[in-house]
Amino acid sequence: MTRKQRRLTLIGIAAVVLASAAGLILYALNDQIVFFQTPTDVVAKQIPAGQRIRLGGLVEDGSVQRSDDAKVSFRVTDTANTVAVTYVGILPDLFREGQGVVTEGIVGPDGIFRADSVLAKHDENYVPKEVADALKAQGVWKGDGASAQ
Amino acid sequence: MIVETGHFALVLAFVLALIQSVVPVWGAVTSDRRLMETAAPVANALFVLVALSFAVLTWAYLASDFSVVNVWENSHSAKPLIFKISGVWGNHEGSMLLWVLILVLFGSLVALFSGNVPAPLRATVLGVQGWITAAFLLFILATSNPFERIPQAPIEGNDLNPLLQDIGLAIHPPLLYLGYVGFSITFAFAVAALILGRIDAAWARWVRPWALLAWVFLTLGIAMGSYWAYYELGWGGWWFWDPVENASFMPWLAGTALLHSAIVMEKREALKVWTVLLAIFTFSLSLLGTFLVRSGVLTSVHAFAVDPERGLFILVILCIFIGGSFTLYAWRAPLLKQGGLFAPISREGALVLNNLFLTAATVSVLVGTLYPLALEAVTGEKISVGAPFFNLTFGPLMIPLLLAIPFGPLLAWKRGDLLAATQRLYAAFGVALLAALAVFWAWGMRQVLAPIGVGLAVWIMAGAVAELLSRTRITEIGLSRGLSRLVGLPRSAFGTMLGHFGVGVTLLGIVMATAFQTELVRTVRPGDTFDMAGYQLTFTGIAPRQGPNYTEQVGHLVVRQGGAEIAAMDPSKRIYPARGMPTTEASILTFGFSQLYVSLGETRDDGAVDIRAYFKPMITLIWLGTLVMSIGGIISITDRRLRVGAPKPARAKTAGLSPAE
Repeated sequence: MTRKQRRLTLIGIAAVVLASAAGLILYALNDQIVFFQTPTDVVAKQIPAGQRIRLGGLVEDGSVQRSDDAKVSFRVTDTANTVAVTYVGILPDLFREGQGVVTEGIVGPDGIFRADSVLAKHDENYVPKEVADALKAQGVWKGDGASAQ
Repeated sequence: MIVETGHFALVLAFVLALIQSVVPVWGAVTSDRRLMETAAPVANALFVLVALSFAVLTWAYLASDFSVVNVWENSHSAKPLIFKISGVWGNHEGSMLLWVLILVLFGSLVALFSGNVPAPLRATVLGVQGWITAAFLLFILATSNPFERIPQAPIEGNDLNPLLQDIGLAIHPPLLYLGYVGFSITFAFAVAALILGRIDAAWARWVRPWALLAWVFLTLGIAMGSYWAYYELGWGGWWFWDPVENASFMPWLAGTALLHSAIVMEKREALKVWTVLLAIFTFSLSLLGTFLVRSGVLTSVHAFAVDPERGLFILVILCIFIGGSFTLYAWRAPLLKQGGLFAPISREGALVLNNLFLTAATVSVLVGTLYPLALEAVTGEKISVGAPFFNLTFGPLMIPLLLAIPFGPLLAWKRGDLLAATQRLYAAFGVALLAALAVFWAWGMRQVLAPIGVGLAVWIMAGAVAELLSRTRITEIGLSRGLSRLVGLPRSAFGTMLGHFGVGVTLLGIVMATAFQTELVRTVRPGDTFDMAGYQLTFTGIAPRQGPNYTEQVGHLVVRQGGAEIAAMDPSKRIYPARGMPTTEASILTFGFSQLYVSLGETRDDGAVDIRAYFKPMITLIWLGTLVMSIGGIISITDRRLRVGAPKPARAKTAGLSPAE
């Protein structure tokens, strides 16, 4: 092969690899990302059953109910609306009533949100950023961090 | 007084860093030997000053001097000694100081161990290191001073985040920083080459040990972080595709590409311009990682304090260094002469392919990490990009690369023979096929991808061994002569073998632990027994216990196998009163390479406890594989032709020659 042909082969292979990488990324960005929603979004946007979302807000006071085999149900609220959530598994250490939480899962046909992961705060001062922003938008945000406890 | 000494040393270090930034580089440009020679002593002095400053901060932690804001916010007098020490970098200010300490440590090492590097290059490299040092020292002094005082000292401190009160904090950040910051040297070498407009095979030979060293530390640091998250967070996961993990993984991918392209440059003088670009790219990703983790744009256990001013400051540093170096590259790279010619099927070709896939994979991780941030900044829409995205993009890009690993080292330079390479891999392919069939036979169609994954992992491991054996020609010349040839092989051959073998080991661990894990979540009462992958676990009860700075509820489980009691497990829930924060301490039992993992959940009023138990087959291979890779890296560093700073028996003339292989 001449120098030119060799170079073209290399460029050709590189182009194929990069194009397929770009294709994969674009496809995955269309399909595999999960949008963050507040309870108000869930009610207002009529999110279809089966769609995967992240639901964030506060765990409503007095809403946590545990049953056997580590089943938990609770309600997530942004003070304007609430969504009922069920989850099977162990909740994070900092999961508490009245505190911020982010759950990921799908909306069931009965309107109950089936979470397969629940994320709470990493330390006692931290409220998930999405939740903090949503609460600020609702006007119920109480100060930054330190007073959350 | 002592605390002020630390602060003063830091200010002095900043001034020295400014001198180091200007004088040696000016000397290199004007060919003034005396100016160039200032670089090494200044680099050493910098190290001494920053080390002094770091020692002072450590002293403040040991003495629980709560008049220092940083100590008051992050320490507690009842904290065990080891966490008082590691707590020094368990916060924003201290961790940035550790970052700079490691930066100047590397500067000092370059000064000590680069006697064989031409004076102008050496001076410029240290000068570029000086720029980075000055920028980050300014950042610390202006926005993150660890020596700030409180007028009225409180009696007790606020304690360290309990999640960080673990031996992991003593190991993970220093290792990771040694990796992150180690790539500043390859960056400095790249920028110096661009400034001086000269680059050759010898450049790659000087750069590669540093790249290897940084890569080894980064590998270990990431692995340690992964294992720490695995046992501390209580979720049983070892990789979450969390942006902070990605931040450390991207420089690793780019650094791995750099290691490989530097080989081509060293042996064949090809890919010079690309290698320089990769060196810049790798450190840029390190800086990006520092920015993502330290600025507070991401919320995670790693983001200590959210302060917009700091984020902006690091962003400015990031833009100056990344923007500046890429501009320099665009301007000066065309001056660098293009190197040797090679056929697509050759060792060079294989290494180019490696670089292509690794770079594409880096970009896919980069997009997945930055897209949510960009989208939110532009549209305000909040999204999360998680494992499904990366499985779909990163996964497919890795498969061809992993398949190709065994072929690469078997191809000759310049023009390789794919058929001959394939023939030498027949045995490896056979072993891999057998392994895949065995998995299929044992588990059938329940896990369709598992046999393929295991086959791929074994293919990489067997291929690595086959390559080493084929270099000894052991099948042709007999066992004893073959063995003596094996001993005589250059150490880099063993490094390559172990590096690739380790990839296979890690992959095997990932596939086995993912495909065949057993998970169980249930509520148990004292006396309950449940089955877990052939082990019977009996929960006997829960009891309180008092720790040095926490109280805990410890569950007790008896593990039986076939009726015989073989072990006990004590998972616990801790509460750290200083912060009122609970943590979960999982209990882990290791059987061979596999692990039994139990963590506690909520305790009910009637004494019942939620329990989460896993059996993870061969999971420790994930981390053992990274250990094997790292050992491979270390052996490669000690290879004769790369040995750093070793006195040379005969100087000169060897630069252009490479050992026959």
